Amino acid sequence: MTIRNEITLASVVKNEGLAVALELKPAEVIKTVRDSGMKGRGGAGFPTGLKWEFAAREKGEKKFVICNADEGEPGTFKDRVLMSEWPDLIFEGMTLAGYAIGASEGVFYLRGEYTYLQAGLEKCLAARRKANLLGDNILGKEGFSFDIHIHMGCGAYVCGEETALIESLEGCRGEARNRPPFPVNTGLNGMPTIVNNVETFAWATAIMAKGADWFKAIGTDKSTGPKILSISGDVERPGVYEFPMGTTIDDVIEAAGGQDAKAVVIGGASGHCIPRTEFSRAISYEDVATGGSVIVFGPHRDMLDVAENFLEFFVDESCGQCTPCRIGNVKLLEGVRLLQLGECSTSYLQDLCSLGETMQCASKCGLGQSSPNAFLSIVKHFRNEILGRA
Amino acid sequence: MLTTQQDRLMGEINNLVDVHGSERSALIPILQDIQKRYHTIGDFEMQVIADRLGIHPVEVYGVVTFYSFLNEGREGRFVIRLCRTISCDMAGKAAVAQQLRNDLGIEFGETTADGRFTLEWANCIGMCDQGPAMLVNGKVFTRVTPEMVHDILAACEKTFGPHTPQTEEEHAL
Repeated sequence: MTIRNEITLASVVKNEGLAVALELKPAEVIKTVRDSGMKGRGGAGFPTGLKWEFAAREKGEKKFVICNADEGEPGTFKDRVLMSEWPDLIFEGMTLAGYAIGASEGVFYLRGEYTYLQAGLEKCLAARRKANLLGDNILGKEGFSFDIHIHMGCGAYVCGEETALIESLEGCRGEARNRPPFPVNTGLNGMPTIVNNVETFAWATAIMAKGADWFKAIGTDKSTGPKILSISGDVERPGVYEFPMGTTIDDVIEAAGGQDAKAVVIGGASGHCIPRTEFSRAISYEDVATGGSVIVFGPHRDMLDVAENFLEFFVDESCGQCTPCRIGNVKLLEGVRLLQLGECSTSYLQDLCSLGETMQCASKCGLGQSSPNAFLSIVKHFRNEILGRA
Repeated sequence: MLTTQQDRLMGEINNLVDVHGSERSALIPILQDIQKRYHTIGDFEMQVIADRLGIHPVEVYGVVTFYSFLNEGREGRFVIRLCRTISCDMAGKAAVAQQLRNDLGIEFGETTADGRFTLEWANCIGMCDQGPAMLVNGKVFTRVTPEMVHDILAACEKTFGPHTPQTEEEHAL
């Protein structure tokens, strides 16, 4: 069983959120989402209501709502579960977002690896069209038309980055654009566009149905609401869990049954490695942020193997457009192999760390900027384990 | 390539353009359909698609070579993508990988000489709680053990008749 504890989304009544939204003015919908304090659930953590407000303010002959279902961060699978269990809530969230910003077209960018989910999602869309939850004058709301089509990805992690995703939708290589301009201003086909994660749209539906105050009462001041986590690795009960934002790593690991863990990586390959001594830290935007990936490592795991696995991933998935990411990840991977052989001097390790810091600030997109995170945090916390190998 | 083959391909691409449109944004859906049907996207197809969309063939080549699921080399009828990312790795992907190599007689990145199987690595396929996981032509298999490899391959072979591992000589060809 993948779902391990109670997920609040299960109790949201279908189409209640959309009905509430369509009773309000678009600006009031945005205000509700803003008041909830929700930040993007994909990992970057930009306030959702603010993003919608920016897009609503822009003038464009057309606007777009894009759902980023390119769930590719290692260790993340909660969107897969949401798409299998509650596709209506996601499409509902896209629809009410369309109403809020004045868009009539939604694009659901589904990763190629999830092609087996496509038929179920298409079926859900067809049923929604039939029930007038998509199409013209939705639920009798005069003048509000909105429809969604699914676009299949082609196997590229970088397309989870919003501007690379848009490039891919336009038929190009998935190479990230410079920002600004941001998609809210210049997005798909140059039009104002919002790109939100699957989970963000589902929670937006819940917020409209249950109210901003309900959402805000959960979590911390700066990180409101519940968060859905994907937990894997050395735990007895891997799967999808919901916790209020601000839950400590200790509590999360205990729920999944990984009490003897020596470290966790929060946020996937682009996230940070947290050693056991810091398990009292909280999962939240102000402390340890994550799009949902929690990978637990038992006492017998070699953290250098973890760094090697993540760097192989980035060497493969870097789009190659900018030098810090394209070359930097290759150099870091070579460095890890030197460490494995016990042939890396302390000063060279220092050079590698400094290279990692350069990559964080000089890479063009989020992929490159976050690619050295896991390496740097493993070096920081497990120096004794990785140096001086025979 | 025979003229009749070329005509057939051009007809097919024209049909796909009718379905997906001739905008640049139709490029990837067209390529996905060609890939699915022919297991490769050749030079000729790239040229015809470029002509129909009014773009340079290099643009098409750039896209084909960028995405893992588009391929200018020939793929087998069955493409096996074993997840190599950390959670599947810790769950025992190495043993599954070795048994796939043994039973197919090829390395990762290769295709069997009879054109039936291609073996590829995949990066995280979102089955981290049920690893080791792999995709076979888009169908997902979870908690794969070395023992299961034979049955999974046998299920594929049912469609195309028995398969024997390549010999060294075949491999050299």
